[in-house]
Amino acid sequence: MDMNWKKSSEAKPIGVIGIGSFGAAIANLLAEKNQVLVYARDQGVVDAINENHTVRDRKLEEKIQATNDPEMLCDVCDIMFPMIPSAAFREVMVQFAPFLHPYHFLIHGTKGLSLNLPAGKNLENIEEIKRENICTMSEVILQETVVERIGCLAGPNLAKELQEDQPGATVIASRYNEVISEGQRLLRSDNFQVYGNSDIIGVELSGVLKNIIAIAAGALSGMGLGDNAKGLLVSRGMVEMIHLGNAMGGETKSFLGLAGIGDLVTTCNSTLSRNYTLGFRLARGESLDDIVSNMEEVAEGINTVKLIKLYLESTDTRAPITENLYKVLFEDFKVETALQYLMKYPIYTDIDFL
Amino acid sequence: MVIFDQTNDILLTDDYIKHQYAPILPKKDEWPVVKLSKSRKEFIQQVVVSSMARIKSLTGNQLQPLKEELELTLYRERMRIKQNPWLVDPEDESEFWSRVKSTLLTIGADQQATEAEKKDKYYDILSAIILRYAEEIASNFKHSHYKMTRSIVTFGFSRLLNTSRVKGFKSVFSNQYSLQDKIQIIGETDQLRDLASKGTIVMVPTHFSNLDSILIGWTINTLGLPPFIYGAGLNLFNIQIFAYFMNALGAYKVDRRKKNQVYLETLKTYSREAIQFGCHSLFFPGGTRSRNGTIESKLKLGLLSTAIEAQRANYQNGDKEFGKVFIVPVTINYHFVLEAPSLIHDHLNYTGQERYYHESDEFSTSYKISKFLVKFFTKGSDISVSIGRAMDILGNHVDAEGNSRDRQGRLIDCRDYFMSNGKVTVDLQREEEYTKKLGVRIVEEFHKINRVFSSHLVAFTAFRLIKRANKKLDLFSLLRLPEEDIYLSYETFKEATAEVLDCIKKLREDGKLHMAPHLEMPLEEIIQHGLENVGMYHAKRPLIRNEQGYVVTEDISLLYYYHNRLNGYELEKII
Repeated sequence: MDMNWKKSSEAKPIGVIGIGSFGAAIANLLAEKNQVLVYARDQGVVDAINENHTVRDRKLEEKIQATNDPEMLCDVCDIMFPMIPSAAFREVMVQFAPFLHPYHFLIHGTKGLSLNLPAGKNLENIEEIKRENICTMSEVILQETVVERIGCLAGPNLAKELQEDQPGATVIASRYNEVISEGQRLLRSDNFQVYGNSDIIGVELSGVLKNIIAIAAGALSGMGLGDNAKGLLVSRGMVEMIHLGNAMGGETKSFLGLAGIGDLVTTCNSTLSRNYTLGFRLARGESLDDIVSNMEEVAEGINTVKLIKLYLESTDTRAPITENLYKVLFEDFKVETALQYLMKYPIYTDIDFL
Repeated sequence: MVIFDQTNDILLTDDYIKHQYAPILPKKDEWPVVKLSKSRKEFIQQVVVSSMARIKSLTGNQLQPLKEELELTLYRERMRIKQNPWLVDPEDESEFWSRVKSTLLTIGADQQATEAEKKDKYYDILSAIILRYAEEIASNFKHSHYKMTRSIVTFGFSRLLNTSRVKGFKSVFSNQYSLQDKIQIIGETDQLRDLASKGTIVMVPTHFSNLDSILIGWTINTLGLPPFIYGAGLNLFNIQIFAYFMNALGAYKVDRRKKNQVYLETLKTYSREAIQFGCHSLFFPGGTRSRNGTIESKLKLGLLSTAIEAQRANYQNGDKEFGKVFIVPVTINYHFVLEAPSLIHDHLNYTGQERYYHESDEFSTSYKISKFLVKFFTKGSDISVSIGRAMDILGNHVDAEGNSRDRQGRLIDCRDYFMSNGKVTVDLQREEEYTKKLGVRIVEEFHKINRVFSSHLVAFTAFRLIKRANKKLDLFSLLRLPEEDIYLSYETFKEATAEVLDCIKKLREDGKLHMAPHLEMPLEEIIQHGLENVGMYHAKRPLIRNEQGYVVTEDISLLYYYHNRLNGYELEKII
C-alpha cells in the first residue's frame, strides 16, 4: 500500500474521521472526485477497508484507504470530515489536537451536543447549566484544537439513501466562505446538491434539535396515530426548535432551510432514521435500555433530550415536547400520558417567531 | 459565539513599576517612528499606491462604479464643508473640491474620449484625493518635540505631585514621590518590553477620557519603549495644547466626519502600511471614548482589521525580521473621568447611537485642562494602567519569545491561519471573521485585566440599590427621579457592598477581573475611600454620605455612569 502522499504530486487526499454509516456514505461521495483516507480506531476495521474495501458489510470505493494513526492523517490531509458520535467527539478531538494546525479545515457531520463543565464540576454538584456548558461540535473543535476554519454538514442525509446514490442534498455551514466552497467542490455531484449557509450554529442546532422531534414522531406512529397528529407534531416541533435555537444563538431562517424543515420532515417520516425508530419502539412498549442495547449506532436524540432538559431548567425556558419526551425516556412516563399533557398545553398561537 | 476561558491564565499581581526603564532602543535613529518620518514622502507615496489598488479592486476596475464613488465622495465632502467646518481644516478645502467637481463634469461631458481614457482621468482625480487624504493623515513626528514633551510631562507632573504631598519649601525639589507612584503601571510590562524588540506591537487600550492618549504616551515612555504611532481624532488638533502633544507622540490624524469609502480606505491603508513598516501602533478599539462608562464590549473593527492584514502581508512578503504582530490589551482605571457629565449626557441623549456630536466638553480649552491637571496631581485619586498579556492576531497568548501558544501550551505557527492549499492567500472574508474573533478576545481580556477600585464598587452598589427600590421604573424614568428623593440607609448600603465585594473577590480568584489592593482594607474603610474618590472633582458628586448619615447622590446620571464600569460581570444578579 502506498501512503507517500506527501511526496507525490497528486492532490492531497481528503480525510474522514470515523466510519459509521454516515461516515461511510460521505467517504464514498468524496471518493467520486478525490483520494480519501479514513481514520478508524479499530485495527480490524482498518484492515477490512484496506483489504476488502468494506466496513461492516457496507461497500466502500476502492480508492478509499484507512489508517489508525491520527498524526499520519493530519499530516497528509488539509481537509478532514469528522463523522463521530457526539459522545466520543471531544475525546477524538483531544487525541487529534497535537497534530492539527490552523491551516486545516474540519467539516463535521455530527448532529449532537457535548457537555462541557468547568474542572471539578459534574452534573450532581453544578448549580446551573449555562449555554456555554452545552456545546455544538464546532464549539468543541474551537475549544480543543487550534482549527479555526470549521464547517458542518446537515440536512436530510439518510445514510442508506446516500449509499444507493439517490438524489439528495446537504447544507454546508461555516463562517468562512472558503470552507463552504471547498465543501461544495468536494461533495457536489450530478445526484447531490450542496447549499451554503454562514450561520453554523443555527445549522448545527437544526440538526441537533430535530432529533427530539423525530423521536416524538416515531412514538406517534408507534401508537398507531394518523397523519393529522403527525402534521400537528411537525409544526409544533418546528416552533419549539426555533424557540430553543434562537435562545442558543441560531438564526430563525436557518431552521426554515434544508437543515431545519428539510431534515425534520424527512426524519419524522422515515423508518430509516434511528431516532424515529427509537420513538416507534418505545411506543410499542419496549424499554429504552433494550432498544439502545440492540441498535447498531447511537440515536443522538437521547443525549440531546437529556442535555436540553438541563438547559431548560437552568434558564427557565419552556419547551413542552422536549420536557414530556424526557419524562417518557427517563421517568417511566407512558407515551399516552405525555401526549395528553401536550394536547392540553395552553398555547394557542400558531406562529410567533416571524 | 462562545469563546472559552484560557486555562493557563496567570493572575495579575499588584506590583507596579517603580522606576523608569532604560530605553530598549537607545539611539533615536533606530526608532521605527523616526525612520518612518524620515521617509515620510516615500511612505505617503506607498500609501497612495496601495489605497489606489484597494479601491480599484473594490470598484471592480469598472468605469461606472468608479465614477459613482467619486461623485459620492465629492457630495459628502461638500456637505461636510458646509455643515461642519473645523478650525483645523486647511484653507484651500473648498477650492480643492470645486476643482474636483469641475474636472468630474468635464470628463462626464466629454463625447470624444474613449472609455479607457475616461477611466485614466478618473484615476487621476482619485489619486489626487487619496494623496490629499494621506498627507492630512500622516503623522508629523519631530524628535525634538517629542523630547520636549516628554520632559514637560515628566517634570511638570512630578513637581506638582511632590509639592502637594511633601510639605515645606524644599518640596519643589523633592523626589519622594514619583509619577510612578501616582500612576501605577501593572501587569505584563516585561513581556511588552521583550516583544517590542521582537515584533510589532499593536496596543489596544480602553478609552474613557481624552487624557488617555497622554497617559499611554507617558506609560510607553516609562517602559522605555520607542514612541507608538496612533490615530487621534482630528478634532483634538483644534485644541492647541493637544495638537502639540499629539504631534510629538507620533499621532496620525483621524477625521471622524469623513465617512466616505475613499477616506476610510486611505486611513486603513496608512495604518496597515505603518504596521508593516514596523511601527508600534496604538488603537483605541472602542473608536471613541466610552460614552456610558462601561468597558467597551463592541469594538470598531476597521482599524483592528489592519493589524490582521499587515500580519498576512508580512507572511506574504516572506519571513521578515520583526514580522510578527502582537496585540496588547490595556485598561486604564480611574476613580474619576473629567468628561463624565458630558459623556453620559451624550449617551442618554442618543442612547448609544452613532451620530455627529457637538464637541463641547470639559476638554474644550487648554486652560480647563491645565486646571484639571493641577487638581489631579495635588489631590488624591490614583490612576492605574494595566498591561495585559500579549496575544497574536487570533487572540492566542504568546510566550516570552513571541511564539503563539494554544491552551495546552503547544506551539502555533500563525502563518497557518492564512494558508490554503499550501500557500498564504488573501481572503478578505476570512480576515473579517478573524477580526471579529480578535475583537471578542480583546473584550474578554479587558474584563480580566480591569482593575476594580473602591469607587466603582460603591457606585455600582448604590445604583443597583436605587434601581431595586424603584423596580417599576425603566432606566430613563429612574434617571429622572429628583435626587432629593433618593437616599439609602448606610446599613443597607454597607451590607450590599459587602455582598458585591465578596463576588468581586470570587471573580478575582477565578482570574476574571483584577482588584486594586485598597479593596483588601476593612469594609468601612473601603466604603469611605470609595465615597471620597468616586467622581471627586465633579461639581455635583455622584455619591456622598450626608449629615444625617444617609448615602445620597447629587447627580444620578453620573452615578449611573460610574456604576457602569462594573457591567459585564453578571454582578447585577446579586442586587
